[in-house]
Amino acid sequence: MSSTQMIPRQTADAAATRQRRPAIMHEGRTATWFLLPFVALYLLFVIGPALYGLVMSFTNASLVKGGLNGFAGLANYREALQSSDFWSSLWHTMWFTILTTPPLIVLALVLALLADRVRRGRWFFRLAFFAPYILPSAVIALIWMFIYTPAIGLADAAMNKIGITAPNWLGSEKFAMISLAVTTVWWTLGFNFVLYVAGLQEIPRELYEASAIDGAGPWQQIRTITIPLLSRTTTLVAVLQVIASLKVFDQMYIMTSGGPNFATRSILEYIYDEGFTNFRVGYASALSMLFFVVVLIVSVGWFAIVRRQEKEL
Amino acid sequence: VVTTVLDRPQAGAATTTTSQVQGRVKLFNRICTGVLIAFALLWLVPLAWALDTSLKPNAETVKTTWAIDNPTFAAFRNTLQNTDILKWYGASIITSTLTALLTIVTASMAAYALSRMRFRFKNAIFWFVLAGIMIPGQVLIVPQFREFSSVNLLNTFWAVILPQVPTAIAVFIFKQFFDGLPKDLEEAARIDGAGSFRIFRTVILPLTRPAVAAVAIFTFVFTWNNLLWPLLVLTNPDLMTIPVGLATVQGSFGIRYADTMASAILGALPLVAVFLLFQRHIVEGIAGTGLKG
Repeated sequence: MSSTQMIPRQTADAAATRQRRPAIMHEGRTATWFLLPFVALYLLFVIGPALYGLVMSFTNASLVKGGLNGFAGLANYREALQSSDFWSSLWHTMWFTILTTPPLIVLALVLALLADRVRRGRWFFRLAFFAPYILPSAVIALIWMFIYTPAIGLADAAMNKIGITAPNWLGSEKFAMISLAVTTVWWTLGFNFVLYVAGLQEIPRELYEASAIDGAGPWQQIRTITIPLLSRTTTLVAVLQVIASLKVFDQMYIMTSGGPNFATRSILEYIYDEGFTNFRVGYASALSMLFFVVVLIVSVGWFAIVRRQEKEL
Repeated sequence: VVTTVLDRPQAGAATTTTSQVQGRVKLFNRICTGVLIAFALLWLVPLAWALDTSLKPNAETVKTTWAIDNPTFAAFRNTLQNTDILKWYGASIITSTLTALLTIVTASMAAYALSRMRFRFKNAIFWFVLAGIMIPGQVLIVPQFREFSSVNLLNTFWAVILPQVPTAIAVFIFKQFFDGLPKDLEEAARIDGAGSFRIFRTVILPLTRPAVAAVAIFTFVFTWNNLLWPLLVLTNPDLMTIPVGLATVQGSFGIRYADTMASAILGALPLVAVFLLFQRHIVEGIAGTGLKG
């Protein structure tokens, strides 16, 4: 009995102390300790470097000399915007994004739609499509460089079988980027596939049943129910895909080193070359800032689209 | 159950159309299954080809055929003997595990404060952390490199681990999870006189297992697969992670294709194991949060 009487009094006390100012101060102190480890690392390794990079982009900073090596004003930005290397690497990045994004969205959607109709063996499809995504880029690159090897590679053998003379997959300026795009589609399709499969599971089955009674065939159902209801998933997939494609580096670095004749040098690889091969970290910082602006525009655009979609619902 | 209830009243003329529709649906589903299986098999070809090649002697890999005339593990033996792959495994395991561990501890604590406690500038701090999602890590490589070189931490595991720990998205995932937990749990523990840290450790964290699993697996996999940053800070072959090691030695394999494929298979194995063990967590984590490296 005594204990049941104790509890309400203590809660009342606790509530009373919480309302007084010192209690809030106390919670503030506890909150500081909870926040401190993350915020300290966040300031040291994200915000700090971001500001440092911004400052460096206005200087002649070099990797082989200490310090900032003198104020350069907007010279780095001016040089970047006038440099054909910058624009060509930006174009290569865009070209890669254009080559990879549509197949990675459409193919993932089609395969998810097909998988949604199959009742048995889902684990097998998940394994087949998703397993490559989780592997390191270096593993993917080693396997595909062997597949693309002239004369003895699997890609040449497949082409010969259907009677087409195989191009020099990674060695020709025209085909290198397409070859990298094919590898990337194979590698990362599983991620979008999984997002679409999850989106499909959220569509209520009753909608299909109701439309089936009305005599709608499968194709009509997909057109009038599934695709419209998947529009939010499609926005998410598209934006994540565009941002991931803009950040491409690994495939080029390992498989083509940006070649042949710089035909596959992406913007990140250009930053890498300028900063860590030519040691021009001031200039490389300015390039990083310009790249950040591009990614930011895509992200903000996405937010705007999502906002509008949410208002419509 | 639903369909039988709905079917019954539609006797007569209606039944013929529904059975026609059902027949069409059945055919359509069969075609779907066929196409899907074809694609899945096509998707498995590169991995199967790598495994197939790795079991041949180097000299026989120039014949582009699936047949293995003289199966051998020589390529795997060569890779284990001629490269530092065992050291790379060690480096990858240490850096990925520590990064995942530190991320979980720091992000969950910060998220708990942001979800449950009342303090000044709370909203400002939340938005400040959230802004980090917008900054791609690749943009920071130049200043981060200078930062680590100025304190002589290049070629250490800390250089790989520390910049990958403060991921804003992890705080966001934990906060969403905590926001969904009922508050009575803590009230009861507080009445028993437990402090905030004890409540967090003994009451909250055990309930957070799904979020911890998702963040742990993703941080582990992303850290393991990261190439650009470890490539910059690890130039000592003894400290390289698997992707950096493989990317660095790939040129030296030359035409020893079986060895190359064996090294790719060995590099893939740990993640294949992670995938098979945590398939469901990984897939649900992606579906729930849209995490992407």
